[in-house]
Amino acid sequence: MLRLPTFSYHRPKTAAEAVRLKKEHGKDAMFVAGGTDLYPNMKRRHQTPTHVISLQDVPGLASVDVQQDGTVAIGAMCRLSDLERHAHLLAHYPAFAHAVKEISTPLLRNMGTIGGNLLLDTRCTYYDQSHEWRESIDFCMKKDGAICWVAPGSPRCWAVQSSDTVPVVCAIEAKVELVSPEGSRTIAASDLYRDDGIQYLTKKPEELLTRLLLPAPGNWKASYLKLRRRDTFDFPVLGVGACVWTDAQGVVTKASIRLGGAGSFAIPAVDAEKALLGHKLTDEVIAAAGEKAMKPARTMDNTDLDVYWRRKVAPVFVARALLACK
Amino acid sequence: MGLDEQKTAPSVVRADAPWRHDAKKDELRVIGKPIRKIDARSKVAGLTKFADDLKLPRMLHMKLLRSTAAHAVIKHIDVSKAKSMPGVKGVLTGQDMPIPFGILPVSQDEHALCLDTVRFVGDPVVAIAAMEEEQAWDACRAVEVEYQTLQTIGSSHEAAATDEPRLHDYGVRGNIHRLENLEFGDLKDGFARADHIREDTVFFEGNTHLPMEQHATLAHFDKDGKLTIWSSTQTPHYLHRALARVLHPLPAHHIRVIACPNGGGFGGKSDPFNHEIAAAKMSMLTGRPVKIALTREEVFWCHRGRHPVLMRSKMGVTKTGRITALDFESYLDGGAYGSYGTASTFYTGALQTVTYAVENYHFRGVRFFTCKAPCGPKRGHGTVQPRFAIEVQLDKVACDLGLDPAEMRKQNLAPRESLTANFLRIGSMGLGACIDKVVEGSGWKARRGKQERTKDGRIRGLGLACSSYLSGAGLPIYWNGLPHSGVQLKLDRSGLVTVFCGSTDIGQGSDSVLSWIVGEVLGVDPLGIRVVTSDTDLTPVDLGSYSSRVTVMTGNAAMQAAERARDIVARGAAEHLQVPVNRLVFADARVFDSENPDKGISFQDAVIAAEARCGTIGTVGSYTPPKTAAKFRGGGVGPSPSYSYSACVVEVEVDPDTGIYRVPKVWMAHDIGRALNAAVAMGQIEGSVYMGLGEAMMEEMAYRDRSHKGHRVFVHKIPSLLEYKSPSTMEMPEVVTYVVEDPDKNGPFGAKEVGQGPLLPIMPAVANAVFDAVGVRVDENPISFEKVFAALLAKKEGKDARFGPSLGKDGVPQVDFGDSLKVKTPWQGGDGTAWNEPKRDKKAAK
Ligand SMILES: Cc1cc2nc3c(=O)[nH]c(=O)nc-3n(C[C@H](O)[C@H](O)[C@H](O)COP(=O)(O)OP(=O)(O)OC[C@H]3O[C@@H](n4cnc5c(N)ncnc54)[C@H](O)[C@@H]3O)c2cc1C
Ligand code: SF4
Repeated sequence: MLRLPTFSYHRPKTAAEAVRLKKEHGKDAMFVAGGTDLYPNMKRRHQTPTHVISLQDVPGLASVDVQQDGTVAIGAMCRLSDLERHAHLLAHYPAFAHAVKEISTPLLRNMGTIGGNLLLDTRCTYYDQSHEWRESIDFCMKKDGAICWVAPGSPRCWAVQSSDTVPVVCAIEAKVELVSPEGSRTIAASDLYRDDGIQYLTKKPEELLTRLLLPAPGNWKASYLKLRRRDTFDFPVLGVGACVWTDAQGVVTKASIRLGGAGSFAIPAVDAEKALLGHKLTDEVIAAAGEKAMKPARTMDNTDLDVYWRRKVAPVFVARALLACK
Repeated sequence: MGLDEQKTAPSVVRADAPWRHDAKKDELRVIGKPIRKIDARSKVAGLTKFADDLKLPRMLHMKLLRSTAAHAVIKHIDVSKAKSMPGVKGVLTGQDMPIPFGILPVSQDEHALCLDTVRFVGDPVVAIAAMEEEQAWDACRAVEVEYQTLQTIGSSHEAAATDEPRLHDYGVRGNIHRLENLEFGDLKDGFARADHIREDTVFFEGNTHLPMEQHATLAHFDKDGKLTIWSSTQTPHYLHRALARVLHPLPAHHIRVIACPNGGGFGGKSDPFNHEIAAAKMSMLTGRPVKIALTREEVFWCHRGRHPVLMRSKMGVTKTGRITALDFESYLDGGAYGSYGTASTFYTGALQTVTYAVENYHFRGVRFFTCKAPCGPKRGHGTVQPRFAIEVQLDKVACDLGLDPAEMRKQNLAPRESLTANFLRIGSMGLGACIDKVVEGSGWKARRGKQERTKDGRIRGLGLACSSYLSGAGLPIYWNGLPHSGVQLKLDRSGLVTVFCGSTDIGQGSDSVLSWIVGEVLGVDPLGIRVVTSDTDLTPVDLGSYSSRVTVMTGNAAMQAAERARDIVARGAAEHLQVPVNRLVFADARVFDSENPDKGISFQDAVIAAEARCGTIGTVGSYTPPKTAAKFRGGGVGPSPSYSYSACVVEVEVDPDTGIYRVPKVWMAHDIGRALNAAVAMGQIEGSVYMGLGEAMMEEMAYRDRSHKGHRVFVHKIPSLLEYKSPSTMEMPEVVTYVVEDPDKNGPFGAKEVGQGPLLPIMPAVANAVFDAVGVRVDENPISFEKVFAALLAKKEGKDARFGPSLGKDGVPQVDFGDSLKVKTPWQGGDGTAWNEPKRDKKAAK
């Protein structure tokens, strides 16, 4: 990894100014929150903005607000380490708080923000490499090259969705608020993403993510289970975000299972969800759902750990995540 | 704790008596005490200056343009655009430094910048120095290199099957770098007397050192024609020689190498490196100081780490598990250059005999050249892979015979004060005591084979393994009859004692070792001693910080210099005090009469008295290891003044559904001869456990091998700290450490090595523990989750419950080893020479 290249650093004092700066510099500008994703990417020359717009002085982005209707609004600039210890989140959104705590290391979480985590670049072991390394393979289509080394016949990039919180926020049907020069809009978190390793976000580049909106607690229970090699540091090679809505008898009325680290977005495990509907969460029902979970997954040989193994053990992890929703 | 804090038992060693290796503990006042390292506070406070911290006025920054091809001929290099880029002050290509170099005289196969061929992705081709590092990097991107690609050699199997193209035009033949075939005793008879014979094939993947400090070098060629190099090197003396060779006609005595404190080395900074030589040349070219600080990826290209080794081992044992014959083959994937590879090859065969008595022993080893970053010495150099093979095989043998693996090993111990089948001289030998310690500590007898379940459904297992390691190589790297270590002492009228020594502190504490030994002999506080090391202008030659040689070799040299200084000071003090020399004692920074301890003077006054008597006080000491008993060709690798021993038990908890396992606890006992400082020794042992677990569980130098439209990409898969997985604090288990002391007569105060040996048994112990837990064998290191899972799956499907290389003919590369060099064992009346002259080299050469 090289040292950071030279760039201009901006510290706008309002959201409007931040958005304006971004519009003004277009492709040459990027927002930075904690910088734990952006700066390493710049050091590897993946992302080469010559204008970096810091969001640290933008007011009102760093608080957790419990709203009257029970929903919770989390400012994009909230530090991950504050969220993982937040009493209300721990009490009412343990799966989300747990996912936050599973991100990287305490040091990274002291810098990283929830906004940055939701917008984290997709990852691939052919891409997250130094410029020199990528030069030796003649680059790939995500940056500077023409082909995809993971699937050379494929017209698209298969870089992997790697944020720990995304599968959970998608599963629990959270929303996000986006601000642009045209105004603000709120969309379902799952609509923020698309199945592409390069254009992995649906938001416009100049749109600022301002808040994450968690639904009010109710007759649902969620969980997050992360598969990785080491118990710290590592990105998920599988991140199961599960959420189950039940009636008074414990019968599942709705289920949402999202697989992170298994494709370019948090993939809905539709068959597994269906297998839960109308049942109580017994061991048999859970195991059967686990077996069906990986069908839509797109695991490829571009993360840590053997791809065959990842597919083979995934049902166990999905089942364990569902067990935690009981 | 300083000396003044522990005024207990006065020293009884008199001023004219040499220290004995087995001196009693209560005679020692510094040795064995948990004194802090002399550089500890600076290190902890972040004040130690590493090479990358150095800056000089007008300093330039250098970057290397590295090969993007795995194997190619350089057709053309165009640097014209780069030369005119902003800030650029100097550009070098291979032609500027055409003289080859290499750590071993037999493999001078590297160039500071590739001359006409690149041999792996990462080989340096062009060096550019500029005002700013970013400018140098940008300028490198403007260089145009035209390559004509050649066939990539990606593995030992490929190398064995490819005679042409050759990576190098020297070596045995084709892409075979070295080939060894040594036979001790009568294998046929040995196997004939065996009750049970086992054959196994195992693989140990390569891995790297991963020092926290990335290599950095600052070079300054001054206006007086003298060159000074500050570098993160473990071997300033060898770097000095390589610089003198390549920079010819610059005279060697115009070159000064200063090794900065190393932020970890582990063997990865033991070769002279291309970037060091290029920085020196660049400074000569530009007349300005030149600095290069490698990126983490570049450290992966430097490598010189653990060789990937395939091994086939055939062991014959009696019913009680005594080894009657061992036939061992090793196939080393050496990477692109020779490095220490010749020694590595021999080391994969040398130490099998030092732990357990092997009556008859046959070793065949071959090292290949491949298009990977060059392999070399990593902690445990070359002995780690065969140790894995042997210890796993012994576990299987014990299982086959229904014996307790610990008891079986104890019955097999190589005797102390003996010669092995391959003529290695064993001195003190505490392996039995080590085994006892870990067996007792871990509850081995009661807990092994129980397959207990943890609360979260994991299955527990215990595994045991042992090892030994050398305390310094018996022979130097280049042939010479000179001492391996030299120490100078200067005693000053201020009472200051200064130790000068060429050794390099790589974090292991070798500077502190010098201070403890000198402090003990002269009876002064070691924390008050000034230690000046690793500066080729100022310090006498020491061969370097490798092969666990420093404590024993510089220690002995320091002891000699200190005893000589003590003599001089004692005579001055005797005259002053009017007491016979042989009644004087040195302790507590005083020199006094042992029969009347109140009668004495301070150490400083004693030095003044001695200086008045005989002038400026300086002494020297040096050390040369004992002559080796092995006289056959190849017998130079393996002999050592002494051998350390280790035994460990590893506990694992395996998730049978996924193959994921944890290591909650490790018990490790190490026979160190004598701990000069038990706290520092335990640090080395725990560090070895940590590094060993990394190798066992996850670390590997994996390569990406992809082809697209006829273009083969062959590149290190994961050269980054995030993706080259190494354990974090979360994976570090509880470690119970036992320091076993069996003093050796060749060690200073009886000390043997501790820096490397305790790493070796970890990997096989993990493999054996996994077997104990879930009944599957992973015959391939690292023992990753995926492999455990694959073996579990095989077991479930009723297949061989094993993951590992093929046991068939194709499991190892096909190589003609020719005839063996035959040596009679000591018990056959052998004298250490070979009784035949195999003609294999001529016959095999094409
Ligand atoms: C060693 C290492 C390990 C890691 N491990 C994990 C892990 O296990 N799990 C995980 O999920 N992540 C991991 N990460 C990634 C990263 O640290 C986290 O995802 C972190 O939350 C990113 O937040 P940040 O504030 O630092 O983002 P930044 O780097 O500041 O920004 C990331 C991206 O989002 C954009 N951006 C940031 N905020 C906004 C905003 N409000 N509006 C619009 N755009 C914005 C930036 O322009 C940039 O493109 C790891 C990173 C490293 C270096
Ligand atoms: S998935 Fe393919 S295109 Fe995308 S980053 Fe990886 S190699 Fe490049």
